[in-house]
Amino acid sequence: MMHWLNNLSPAWQFVLFSAIKVVAAFAVLMFMVAYVVLVERKVCAFIQDRIGPNRAGPFGLLQPAADAVKAFFKEDFTPAHVRKVFYVLAPAIVMLPGLMNLAVIPFGSRIGNQPMVIADLNVGILYTFGIVSLGVYGIVLAGYAANSKYPFLGGIRSSAQMISYEIAMGLSVIPLFLLVGSLNLSQVIHYQSGGFLNWLVFKQPLAFAIFLAAAFAETNRTPFDLPEAEQELAGGYNVEYSSIKFALFFMGEYANMILASAMMVTLFFGGWTLPIFGLDQPATALWAGLVQIGIFLAKLFCFLVMFIWVRWMWPRFRYDQLMKLSWQRFIPLALANIVVTAFVLWVRS
Amino acid sequence: MSATAPTETKPAAPAVETLAVKVDGKAVVVPKLSPDWQGKPAPTTMLQACEAAGVTVPHYCYHPKLPVAGNCRMCLVEFGTPALGPDRKPVLNPDGSPKINKSPRPAIACATPVSPNMEIYTNTPGVKAMREGVLEFLLINHPLDCPICDQAGECKLQEYSVDYGAAQSRFVEPKVHKPKKVDLGPRIVLDDERCILCTRCIRFTRDIAGDDALGIVNRGSYNTLTKYPWSQFDNNYTLNTVDICPVGALTSKDFRFQMRVWFLKETKSLCTSCGTGCNVLIGSREEKIYRYTPRQNDAVNGCWMCDAGRLNYRWIDREDRLKEVRSPKSEVRSWSAVLKEISEKLNAAVPGSAAIVASARQTNEELFLLKQLAKKLGATTDSIPRFGDGDKLLVSADKNPNTNGARLTGICFTEMGIKLPEIARGIQSGKIKTLIVFGEDVTKHGISAADLAKLETLIVSDLLPNETTKAAHYLLPGCAHAEKRGTFTNTKGRVQKFMKAVEPPGDARPEWEFLHELVHGVTGHNGFATIEGLFNQMAKEVPEFNSLTWAGLGDAGVTVKI
Amino acid sequence: MIVKRPPLSLAERLYLPAIWGGFKVTLRHFFKKKVTMQYPEEKWVVPEGYRGAPYLVRDQDGHTKCVSCQLCEFVCPPKAIKITPPGPNGTADRANAEKMPREFEINMLRCIFCGFCQEVCPEEAIFLMKDYALTGASRNEMIYDKEKLLALGGVHQDRIQKWKHKAEEAAQQDVFPVKP
Repeated sequence: MMHWLNNLSPAWQFVLFSAIKVVAAFAVLMFMVAYVVLVERKVCAFIQDRIGPNRAGPFGLLQPAADAVKAFFKEDFTPAHVRKVFYVLAPAIVMLPGLMNLAVIPFGSRIGNQPMVIADLNVGILYTFGIVSLGVYGIVLAGYAANSKYPFLGGIRSSAQMISYEIAMGLSVIPLFLLVGSLNLSQVIHYQSGGFLNWLVFKQPLAFAIFLAAAFAETNRTPFDLPEAEQELAGGYNVEYSSIKFALFFMGEYANMILASAMMVTLFFGGWTLPIFGLDQPATALWAGLVQIGIFLAKLFCFLVMFIWVRWMWPRFRYDQLMKLSWQRFIPLALANIVVTAFVLWVRS
Repeated sequence: MSATAPTETKPAAPAVETLAVKVDGKAVVVPKLSPDWQGKPAPTTMLQACEAAGVTVPHYCYHPKLPVAGNCRMCLVEFGTPALGPDRKPVLNPDGSPKINKSPRPAIACATPVSPNMEIYTNTPGVKAMREGVLEFLLINHPLDCPICDQAGECKLQEYSVDYGAAQSRFVEPKVHKPKKVDLGPRIVLDDERCILCTRCIRFTRDIAGDDALGIVNRGSYNTLTKYPWSQFDNNYTLNTVDICPVGALTSKDFRFQMRVWFLKETKSLCTSCGTGCNVLIGSREEKIYRYTPRQNDAVNGCWMCDAGRLNYRWIDREDRLKEVRSPKSEVRSWSAVLKEISEKLNAAVPGSAAIVASARQTNEELFLLKQLAKKLGATTDSIPRFGDGDKLLVSADKNPNTNGARLTGICFTEMGIKLPEIARGIQSGKIKTLIVFGEDVTKHGISAADLAKLETLIVSDLLPNETTKAAHYLLPGCAHAEKRGTFTNTKGRVQKFMKAVEPPGDARPEWEFLHELVHGVTGHNGFATIEGLFNQMAKEVPEFNSLTWAGLGDAGVTVKI
Repeated sequence: MIVKRPPLSLAERLYLPAIWGGFKVTLRHFFKKKVTMQYPEEKWVVPEGYRGAPYLVRDQDGHTKCVSCQLCEFVCPPKAIKITPPGPNGTADRANAEKMPREFEINMLRCIFCGFCQEVCPEEAIFLMKDYALTGASRNEMIYDKEKLLALGGVHQDRIQKWKHKAEEAAQQDVFPVKP
């Protein structure tokens, strides 16, 4: 087997290992989406003194499967008045950014001589933001395709929010790259090795705060969940959707949430590194490579729990407060942060 | 011109002696004489004066159409008369009003005549106490039967108990038990425990029906209403005693335990069993008729009706009612298609080749429309007479409810049915090719089934299947009178209207409705699509009806000259 | 009236104390005892006076208490009750009561469990019992007929037994032949 592998040309090896990584990462992501939903329901139930799903399998562990079966077998109803092409396209576009961003996230150092990142782009972060900004299309399209007033207003509301926070998010990470001096996410992780205090969250706490808030807003999570607002507005852009199409919106949201967490782990919390036992250096042994993937997943999980917890803890912002927060607070602060960081770096050099 | 004055009882116009009295402080002027139960003038009673003043005096035994008995004591009132001085002149109060001497004892309002300037008090504490006392006595032995009593809901004892009854009985001894579920006759069940001994039924059957069949036996608490032994309480008016019984002692076997009265929708209608045209209320619920009760109309039936007419409603929801429009090959068709086809056939018919046999059970409006059709077709028309036994009270020998309507609209002549042989001969000779039959089985009246087979077109409208409907080329299901609106002209020429109580079964439609469409199709003459408009149009064209309007008929009808 | 909102302090505007407060509350509840009841296995103790499904009852002698007076049918706000009276030859299964319903139907899909039928019943023949989870596979199945209602209702210990009492009293007075 190894012999056969070694005999392959480097190009074929690259294709093969990339394909394996793509499939594995995709599988893990979808699995996580399914189980984050379960975790969300469990955490929510516990916070509300309930038990949560416990009928499907032990502790409700088969609940995601049951949900999936239900979503597939529900009637996929398409209202007569929708714009068909966009109506079908929108849920797919919502799902897309989450999947595509997966490509540039380093979820481990290396196993054997394979780097644990699907595409180690030099401009990783730019790619990320480029893709993330596509997400808004899904929502705009959904609101537009439904061709009725209610989803239309919902779509406008959501796209305004997402565009606003994208700016704050983009501005907030610029100081990081001033410090690191590269847009490559592996470089960012490398920069953070060698001690907890090297983590960028300690060097750029303001940037982290803005990024965190913007991440909540981008993923439509409480306290910025006006696009959905299940109780009060009964949804927004997605009200005309049912069955598996609705499920795609739903899964897209969770995929985005996972990716946002992964971004934060990578940018601010050292990615797959842990500055003990030499785990902050690329692994040379197989076990170290696996442990580093574990470290990454553990950090990711903490963020996910935080996302979930916040949802059941706080009320949401009013729409005017939400817009004000982005345009009048975060964007000026992020700009100031850039200037100050740049100034400090100039003084030091 | 032809309409005479309504014959409602009212005082002869000019020289009526009147009395001024006061009821509960309200001054009213009443005639000195008022009609008694037979309509003869008699001194006006306090109860009549109270009625004139709009004050209701509770009563059980009094009934305006029965002799006064004065035994229930429920109508006790207090009263006073002007005090007279030694000079036989009224004593005046300081303010100039006549001084009233209040009578120390109460009087029964139903049997005490009023005197000039009398004052009647019906709402004093004393009167209230007397009513409460009377009611308490009545309730001593009255069983708590309301849940199983058919009278519940229209029971005077219930109503007055709400007003004057005590919440709890003070009577701790066992109640006197009397016979229950006594079979008085073929149509009446008696429950003696419920009887309050008002004797209304006894007076009715003795004085109105002329059959002295009921009476009270035993003494004191054991007073018991009973029928004459060794015979049945069975005359043609027995069910009226159920109506006038203020409690549930007398109940109708027909209506017994069928439906509680508060569910019944009451529709003003007429009895169609004979030419008298007794006014009735049809009690129906959810498109099912449960009973007829007489409706007061002093010009026709007073407060009564006969048992035969009252019970003659079961056929209306018979299972075999005609419900479908059928055409030559007896397939089911739609109204519009069939009416169009008939119109074309009639239009193509040679004048004089058609005949119409209408029914004197149809309404004036329908007969009028048939006459319009006959005029256009040059058709011979007639109807079928129906005679039976009459009596002196209400039942007429003429068993058709609208004989006079058929005459006045020109469907038949003074003697009904004389043209039937002519029509039969016309069919046999082949002269008459089209026959229109409404509501009659002509095979029983001289036009045999073999004759019918010779016809080119036989158009039949009826309610129930018979030999003629079997032979019909076009069968149009019609409505019973309870399922439509219209007017009848009774034997005395009184035009009375009736209202719709229930929906017709299946595809059946009121005859006037489809006749109107047919007349429109054949003559091009568009009348009115509403019964009101149709009646008013008929009133214009039929001389005897000239002064009538639908609205002007009111609930009691108008008498025309016949 | 115009209510003046007090201006927020810096701490409030920073939102941090609110975050901390929310965290404390949610964390406390996270570890609290859970209140969920596992429904089909665990069932709620229905309190006295609960208004569940209305059923017909028999008295301790096994007689149908309903005399088909139709007051419940009349008072029923959603018209869920339909009674077919026995007609002229109706008899009851006990002395003196004279009649009982030929058919008694309650459409449990229409019933709003208001209890008016129980309140209005002069015979104490219908009671709102403790059943609250009525199920059926079809609409027809949810229309309960007389047999079903009587079977579900069971026996009511009647302290008064009005009709029996009346019949006994009448028998003592040696009048009126009453056959049950």
